[in-house]
Amino acid sequence: MAPDVFELIRERLAADVREASVSHGILVLVLAPETLPGTVERLKSEFQFDLFLDVTAVDWPGQTPRFEVVYHFYSTAHRVRVRLKTRVPEADPAVGSLVPLYGSARFMERECHDMYGIVFRGNDDLRPILLYEGFVGHPLRKDYPKRAEQPLVPYRD
Amino acid sequence: MEPRLPNPVRAIFARTDRDDTVVVNIGPSHPATHGTIQIIAELDGEKVVRADAHCGYLHRGFEKECESHTWHNLIPYVDRLNYCSALMNDFAYCDAVEKLMGIELTPRCRVLRTLLAEYSRIADHLTCIAASLMEMGAMTAFLYLVMIRDYIYEHLADLTGARVTYTYSRIGGLACDLPAGWLARLAEILDQYEVFVGRVHGLMDRNRIFIDRTRDVGVISTADAIDWGFTGPILRSTGAPRDLRKDTPYLAYAELDFEVPVGIKGDNYDRYYVRMREMDESVHMIRQLVDMLPDGPINVDDRRCTLPEKRLVYTEIESLINHFKLIMEGPQVPAGEAYSAHEAANGELGFYIVSTGSGTPYKVHVRAPSFVHMGGAHRLMEGYQLADIIPTFGSVNMIGGECDR
Repeated sequence: MAPDVFELIRERLAADVREASVSHGILVLVLAPETLPGTVERLKSEFQFDLFLDVTAVDWPGQTPRFEVVYHFYSTAHRVRVRLKTRVPEADPAVGSLVPLYGSARFMERECHDMYGIVFRGNDDLRPILLYEGFVGHPLRKDYPKRAEQPLVPYRD
Repeated sequence: MEPRLPNPVRAIFARTDRDDTVVVNIGPSHPATHGTIQIIAELDGEKVVRADAHCGYLHRGFEKECESHTWHNLIPYVDRLNYCSALMNDFAYCDAVEKLMGIELTPRCRVLRTLLAEYSRIADHLTCIAASLMEMGAMTAFLYLVMIRDYIYEHLADLTGARVTYTYSRIGGLACDLPAGWLARLAEILDQYEVFVGRVHGLMDRNRIFIDRTRDVGVISTADAIDWGFTGPILRSTGAPRDLRKDTPYLAYAELDFEVPVGIKGDNYDRYYVRMREMDESVHMIRQLVDMLPDGPINVDDRRCTLPEKRLVYTEIESLINHFKLIMEGPQVPAGEAYSAHEAANGELGFYIVSTGSGTPYKVHVRAPSFVHMGGAHRLMEGYQLADIIPTFGSVNMIGGECDR
């Protein structure tokens, strides 16, 4: 059943998808950042990808565009997963938010914003979530030193 | 007086929206919030109008740390994500790496991992139910459940050498085989489990006080639960039989006979009952797995990940170098990316890993069920009483280790 859905998605979304492949049983679609929210909307309404699993980013310093934003979706009807990937540049690391489509996007986009500084346009709640107010930088970027410390309370001598 | 430090947390709602409500702060220094969750609630009388759950107090840079250790070295770290069922994290992580390396487990390892995953699920559910019952004052039920959990912990210590964080899985296998007599003790513990969980059923199921506190409290519909990303027992409590062990079977689940218990309306009572029934199913599965446990090796015969026998390391140069390279450089995982999803005790536990072909991961990301559940937890609290926050929060089973990473 699963490959049928994959074929159908490839066929119908061919106009927006730059690359499509199947990796370890997951359909991987590479998109432009502008077309991402529209594609997700179609995946949700036409192919029942109703569970937004995850969003994260991968930092590739030296490559342009630098950040790869990676989404995972699951369809409880077809029982298959889709991974969407899009590239955003360091100067403007922005992609449309999925909060209007999935409530769970709120927290996960906040985490991705914390860790990589990706801006999700339309998510009005990008407060720090795992970090604290006033934290400088984005720790999962490759240029953030692992041993850097930003204590909230100064160390005692 | 100005506070000496800026507040590290900002509530999503301003104080001044209504003039007849108060905003209170619950946690993180509260025993029922595990010391790691802060709930900022706007109250109208004792009714919660809005709630904002805030996490991050246990953030320790897990994903950053992963990028500077070898693939094998991460196993103790992933143990500490959901520390109530550490083995399931191990297996999900190893599964992701094995996918990238194209490794097929030995039949004995596959069955043993399934057995231990179900055994961990029992321990995890026991912890969750025991803690949330205790928070409502049910001390006897707490002690019954935690006693069984302690039998399980001691029993797992016989196998792995540790009570809580086991570091027992290996890429391509397991650290060691079962010690003599382990399965006999397992059968004893499962019999004990039935006696004591039966008593808890008798104490709680039709208990007027318990029902009043939990029935129709923290209700969520299936559509809302999916929209907010709930998986695992919380989604099943709404009546949706969604379980990755059935839907996308992994390990040996396709060969097992088991049911997926579901609730009626997704309230706190249903979440209690779904977990109780799931433990029964796990016991049923463990008994089948013991019967089908095949003989044979537990590690794959693959020099890319499995350490050579100590006898060979000391006597031949090839194995010595193999051992040295695996320890110092780590197993060479082919470049690429993989996502593995396991049905952990709390819901879908996903590992997204990216490799550039070296012995160290380029990126490890955890899709932790507790974190996603905290994103929707306010939906379970709003509209109910302030005192309901504690049982509702208990029924979500937030585990700080995997929530904050």
